[in-house]
Amino acid sequence: MRDARWEHFPHEADMGVRGVGATIEQAFEQAALAMIAVITDPEKIAASEAAEIACRAPDDELLFVDWLNALIYEMAIRKLLFGRFEVHIDAHCLTARAWGEPLNPEKHQPAVEIKGATYTALRVARDPIGEWVAQCVVDV
Amino acid sequence: MDISLFSRHTEYEWEIAPHGTMRVPAIIYADETLIHGMDHKVYEQLCNVATLPGIVKASCAMPDAHWGYGFPIGGVAAFDADEGGVVSAGGVGFDISCGVRCLHTGLTVEDVMPVQKALADTLYKEIPAGLGSTGAIRLDREEMDAMLAGGAHWAVEQGWGTAADLERIEEHGRMRGAHPDCVSEHAKTRQRDEMGTLGSGNHYLEVQKVAAVYDAAAAEVFGLRENSVVVSMHCGSRGLGHQIGTEFLKKMVVAAVHHGIALPDRELACAPVNSEIGEAYLGAMRAGINCALANRQILTHLTRAAFAKVLPRAHLPLLYDVSHNTCKVERHVVDDRSRELYVHRKGATRAFGPGHPDIPPALRAVGQPVLIGGSMGTSSYILAGTAAGETLAFSSACHGAGRAMSRHQAFRRWKGRQVIDELAARGILIRSPSSRGVAEEAPGAYKDVSAVVDAADAAGLARKVARVEPLICIKG
Repeated sequence: MRDARWEHFPHEADMGVRGVGATIEQAFEQAALAMIAVITDPEKIAASEAAEIACRAPDDELLFVDWLNALIYEMAIRKLLFGRFEVHIDAHCLTARAWGEPLNPEKHQPAVEIKGATYTALRVARDPIGEWVAQCVVDV
Repeated sequence: MDISLFSRHTEYEWEIAPHGTMRVPAIIYADETLIHGMDHKVYEQLCNVATLPGIVKASCAMPDAHWGYGFPIGGVAAFDADEGGVVSAGGVGFDISCGVRCLHTGLTVEDVMPVQKALADTLYKEIPAGLGSTGAIRLDREEMDAMLAGGAHWAVEQGWGTAADLERIEEHGRMRGAHPDCVSEHAKTRQRDEMGTLGSGNHYLEVQKVAAVYDAAAAEVFGLRENSVVVSMHCGSRGLGHQIGTEFLKKMVVAAVHHGIALPDRELACAPVNSEIGEAYLGAMRAGINCALANRQILTHLTRAAFAKVLPRAHLPLLYDVSHNTCKVERHVVDDRSRELYVHRKGATRAFGPGHPDIPPALRAVGQPVLIGGSMGTSSYILAGTAAGETLAFSSACHGAGRAMSRHQAFRRWKGRQVIDELAARGILIRSPSSRGVAEEAPGAYKDVSAVVDAADAAGLARKVARVEPLICIKG
């Protein structure tokens, strides 16, 4: 099995974000990095502040969109960018910690603001080789 | 898209016959080249919309249709509440009441060019743009609710504009039926310091010159002459609208089963108009419309302040303000019967024809102004609603160019600095906090807006009045 990783996939107007990992938690963490990479290079973000995130949903796919939307909300109201994530999931119930730093337009050169995570191309599943994939399109 | 999937009614009207669980046909208004260029997802999404309860006449797509969320962007669909019709959070989208406002300036190109750079710099200083930018206005709980109920009316009461502005805004600047108490605390918190901000992505504020006039009589009524200068802004309801969209999308997905609605795509999340959640969404979504109208009103005030510093003799009254992500209750004649319908326009502009009572009296004989935004380096267009449009797609027209390539591809192909320099060589000044943002919004990343507008004109959805070209672009 390969290392946990993230990637973007094309959507005509916006951007698809995908996380892949050995566990569903890793897939969620990697997808969050993919979402941050829509805005800026995640490696440019220092981990000077932390936030606790919790969400609950009827299934893993809705939980995944809730997770990304919770991050979008926290970043919007706290005017910061997250660059590191630690996720725990138990029975469609997510608790997580996210680390980041205040948004600095000069340093981060943010390309775009993310309006919300969508149910388009939404998928949370284990593929045939046993890797977890979590993906959806984000509206920018 | 495969043209053989359609039956061709006219050169610009293409129908997909109902099949499967579709309740009505789907119709695309476009020419053959535009249809060829559309993603197959547009076909799927149009057909999916046609399956929703209470849909009337047809699921429609404008010439700029592209792959959206649930609904195609450029999608129009109307629902009859008395026949179980739905309201869809996905059918309005995340940026509730995103739209375009156009201001006259009373100036010509010759007036502006000697101070073009100073004007660009001053506008960039006055207009908060880009991710994380904040406005100078902070609203407490009571003021937030007053803004959500009052829209541009509220903004004018605060001193950001004049009563004359309100006449030139859809709904006269205030969407009725807004319920601030249906808007969550999260949504209000997300908006607390975003009043009077432009946002990012494809949002912009441009100083433009009228480059061509196609209908001299209509242009005269609209106050447009070749070489005159206007200001156009494209933005929406900011964080508040995004949060309302996010929250109701989930609520509607979860509730769909209880309402007996089988969603072919979760993003089509909807609820019966006559349901608790449907009514709550309408109350919140209308508050979101008011937020967008208030936001564009504050940005208008900031624009006027910037012009006053550089070109004090400029006078900036509104030409018009349109929203292209909405659901509105309107009367339309279907099957020879006037019916009250919930018309969803997702990336589509309302385009009432001549004589419609909702058009300001001074413009009524011509038809509603339809403001179509281009990309940074390209033309934008001003059209007018037509009588024919009423019988086509519930008096709707296109809203913009649509992307031709993804942000990722654009970022790989262009550098922000290169785009800014190339446009400067053509006399267009760009001001933006983000070089990467400019690269992703490069003019070449968008489709040809002229082809879209020509198709809208030829199809009869709206008629071309004037073309404008940018002189200055403030980009988020």
